Amino acid sequence: MDEHEFNAGPNTPGKVEVTRRTVIETGTTALLLTTLPRAALAADALDDNEPSPPVVDVELQVNSRPHSLALDPRTTLLDALREHLALTGSKKGCDHGQCGACTVLIEGRRINSCLTLAVMHDGQSVTTIEGLALGDNLNPMQAAFVEHDGFQCGYCTSGQICSAIGMLAECRHGMPSYVTEDLTQDAELTDAEIRERMSGNICRCAAYPNIVAAIKQTAGLPT
Amino acid sequence: MKAFTYQRADSTARAAAAALKPGTKIIAGGTNLLDLMKLQVETPSNLVDINRLPLDKIEETPDGGLRVGALVRNSDLAADARVRQHYGVLSRALLAGASAQLRNKATTGGNLLQRTRCYYFYDITKPCNKRNPGSGCAALAGFNRIHAILGASEHCIATHPSDMAVAMRALDANVETVNREGETKVIPIAEFYRLPGRTPEIETSLKPGEIITAVTLPSPPPGLQIYRKVRDRASYAFALVSVAAIVDSTQGRIHSARLAFGGLAHMPWRVAQAEQRLTNAPADAATFNTAADAVLDDARGFGGNDFKIPLTRRTLHSVLAETTRT
Repeated sequence: MDEHEFNAGPNTPGKVEVTRRTVIETGTTALLLTTLPRAALAADALDDNEPSPPVVDVELQVNSRPHSLALDPRTTLLDALREHLALTGSKKGCDHGQCGACTVLIEGRRINSCLTLAVMHDGQSVTTIEGLALGDNLNPMQAAFVEHDGFQCGYCTSGQICSAIGMLAECRHGMPSYVTEDLTQDAELTDAEIRERMSGNICRCAAYPNIVAAIKQTAGLPT
Repeated sequence: MKAFTYQRADSTARAAAAALKPGTKIIAGGTNLLDLMKLQVETPSNLVDINRLPLDKIEETPDGGLRVGALVRNSDLAADARVRQHYGVLSRALLAGASAQLRNKATTGGNLLQRTRCYYFYDITKPCNKRNPGSGCAALAGFNRIHAILGASEHCIATHPSDMAVAMRALDANVETVNREGETKVIPIAEFYRLPGRTPEIETSLKPGEIITAVTLPSPPPGLQIYRKVRDRASYAFALVSVAAIVDSTQGRIHSARLAFGGLAHMPWRVAQAEQRLTNAPADAATFNTAADAVLDDARGFGGNDFKIPLTRRTLHSVLAETTRT
């Protein structure tokens, strides 16, 4: 995608022109652009018209397995997982940290993998949805999502589950939230607390009540 | 995203030296910078990663305050027992911002330096004096309900998006920096941010190559601390209006008050006269009104954001009523 196609000028707001030349040259990619949100395409993360910068070596421990990668430094952690390690469980929703579908755990802490570069995590451990089950035994959070029907389309689910696991760890460490009544006390994990703490994960099917129930069950609370 | 080279800094002085080179950006949490790079609002040719520098500690200072390293993550600062105990307004402001995933990544220094969420700054097809100096301001006659009502100029009506910085403004925090020569500097947060004026692209008083190393909080002031954030949804949204308040009162009489506002201006906003009008005054509606008058005397709406003027007054009333309730 040429940069100038997005510099359409102030009088043509948001206009993206797909020229005949672009269609011929880029084939299916250009056709996809007409139907998919721009951010949904992994190929878009890099500007292929630019000379590529020198690749950087990145060591990642993903789901307890070491991986050595040689990456364009622009590669986000999400793209490294999906495009280089074929771990497509982590989803690219908005690609701007607004939806939470890309949530993974770095050293046990939840982050948006779309808003960080893989190279920034050189030497660190990453846990994705693929790393939660032990063989055929689902992680309790996964099983609770199944049991409580914590999804419809399922696109946000891997992010929801990783986020929920990170969230319960934060609670165990005494992390407060915006709705915690008394900052000097550990918060009780009420529905309001769970909803506030999970607000970085959007579910467009609005399975929220069932997601809350699944989290409560995993936390050992009455659902 | 435009191509860039990547370096990892092994000292603050080296990071500062690298930052002097044109096209170089420092990256810490990256949650704002990478967002902007994907949209080509930011197009650095070189990134200097400072995440491995030893700037991630929260230490007590000899004067009874705290020194917060520039790389302390927002979630860790909000959860620190000393911050929760003595600087509740800061903990609350941090927890009011972004999502848990972003707070786990975002840093103290990066939060201070985050860019406006003005729609037109983000849209590279639109004029924006902040992104492209001299191109004009599309927000003036555009959709401007999130924009500034105080301190704006004909060149820029953007607001600063940080909640953390608003609390730090109320706490009279200081920003510590270092440059390439290793010289350190302390910048009071009151002097850290700039009004847009004719140069909205220059947002802080940092010199080229100057790197934030820490934020210090003076010993906690007396009084009740609250952070009130008014926004379009209950969580994970930027402030339309926010108030960081530290109010010391007994039995319906205010002894002292500090008020910093977010969502209203190009920087966290504080009005000395409003605080003076509250000092040694009865905690009643008439007093609250005179304080609101002092804050809003120079307020000006641009159409879409006119509602912020009465909203600020009402929010301030509510905050002062809550902090002076006996």
